[in-house]
Amino acid sequence: MSDRIIYIASNTFREAVRDRVLYNLIAFALLMSGAAILVGQISIDIERLVVINLGLTAVSLFGVVIAIFIGIGLVSKEIDKRTLYTVLSRPVQRWEFIVGKFFGLAGTLVVNASCMALGVFAALYYVSHRFQTSDGWVLVAVYFIILQFLIITSLALLFSSFSSPLLSAVFAFALFVIGTFAEDLRGFAAMTKGIVRWLATGAAYLVPNFSALNVISSVAHEQPVSGQLILSNSLYALVYASMALCGAVLIFERRNLK
Amino acid sequence: MRPSRRITITASILLIFCLTGSVLLLQRVDRERNAATLQEVLYISSPTLLKRMSLGYDGLLADIYWTRAVQYFGDKLQRGSEHFDLLAPLLEITTTLDPHLLVAYEYGSNFLAPKIPGGAGQPERAIKLAEFGIRNNPNQWHLYYDLGFIYYMELKDYADAEKAFADGAKLPHSHQVMSIMAANMAEHAGNLQTARLMWMTTFQITHDPMVKANAVAHLNALQVDEDVPLLEELVSHYREKTGHLPRSFSDLTAANFLRGIPVDPLGHTYKLMPDGHVEVRVPDDLPFIEKGIPIGYIPPRKPKLPAVN
Repeated sequence: MSDRIIYIASNTFREAVRDRVLYNLIAFALLMSGAAILVGQISIDIERLVVINLGLTAVSLFGVVIAIFIGIGLVSKEIDKRTLYTVLSRPVQRWEFIVGKFFGLAGTLVVNASCMALGVFAALYYVSHRFQTSDGWVLVAVYFIILQFLIITSLALLFSSFSSPLLSAVFAFALFVIGTFAEDLRGFAAMTKGIVRWLATGAAYLVPNFSALNVISSVAHEQPVSGQLILSNSLYALVYASMALCGAVLIFERRNLK
Repeated sequence: MRPSRRITITASILLIFCLTGSVLLLQRVDRERNAATLQEVLYISSPTLLKRMSLGYDGLLADIYWTRAVQYFGDKLQRGSEHFDLLAPLLEITTTLDPHLLVAYEYGSNFLAPKIPGGAGQPERAIKLAEFGIRNNPNQWHLYYDLGFIYYMELKDYADAEKAFADGAKLPHSHQVMSIMAANMAEHAGNLQTARLMWMTTFQITHDPMVKANAVAHLNALQVDEDVPLLEELVSHYREKTGHLPRSFSDLTAANFLRGIPVDPLGHTYKLMPDGHVEVRVPDDLPFIEKGIPIGYIPPRKPKLPAVN
């Protein structure tokens, strides 16, 4: 990776921290400690399940919201503040700017998710008074959530490279919702015939498949995740995020910034 | 005082005043609203729709619905209600959202099956829930135990109970009591020893203090149901021998029919009535008894369960 990408990425990370993005960790800590203490008193036998389900859902949702709302402003904010022109007047390629921004936000989300994962494990220890081997699968679920963030960040960047922040947010969130139904979409496509089937199947494969990256419920039940799935999901997220990033670079390279 | 400081103080006081006011007003609104309208509504009753709306976070939603079912049942039980209309739908939503949430099947069927006031009095819905659980978790012998238990205790359907226990006994890692239960269903269905074995097993396999307390209460009731006919039989033997009814248990002891004054499982002495019937002294402490109930006794709306550690 070129030094320029690293500089842009580290600046993006610093900017996100300055924007108080990591303040969501306080909300998360309150949520986890509240859940760990309260659930045992208002429910039966699901303390551990709630800590995992609530913890990982919060990691995922907080991250998705940050990825979308920070991601859509990564390019437009630089244009509005005119700082983009300063950056691009130096020997920085447009694609380096996009890739640097991607890694900066991805880094922020990884740090954020890691802190939250520590919180989940602390709450797990509080309710169970010990760790068990199956808790290791929670780490796999967190890893899958981070993969989800990579895809969403790249999509937010893609949309922000040609659209207004508001529309980019709408597009990215809509794609996140559609992506959770990706498997259903494929099921619906299988029910149709002829050209409609081709089109529907194509659309179903084009949207990101977030349901495959969601193993929260199964790890909460201590079900293992196969190594094959970890490998396939990693490759899928990498390929999909690269695809969206390439799209963002292509659009941004041709964008008239005057 | 600077104007900015004055504004800060005024705004702070106003904020605290408004916050207090809103809390007080909300409490008033809660009192004025009908509790039933707050409770008896399932805004979305379709489990499938809810699963789709959860955007993949169905595990958390299932936990929320399970907690809601527990709160609903606990609240109704506490208030001695006879209507548990939302309990079965809440449990169905919970288990559709998370078909592997075993706790919802195990406790849920125990909420649904028993007669009012101990449960919701819906054994058919409990069976449906347990069967759904078995379809989704075919290797969990606990669920077969729950199914057999409902058939045996609530419906007295010994053939289906035997089938449930026998099916559960075939599973790997199944509890040895399952095959004993299956055999008992065939030979001794309906007798007190079989019922005692089932409650003992329930006591041993559960970790929940409420379920343990319920099992102890049923074991106590079985003891009373066994003691009372035996004592009444001794009274009739005494009558045959002496030509008159005993005035108290001391007469039976003096005549060597008993070794001492008989006591119930909680240590209270039984009462011998003038007509020769035997009654328990504190029926409130012995919910679920079928024998020895004082004439005209009205049980409390909420069964009193013993304290279990």
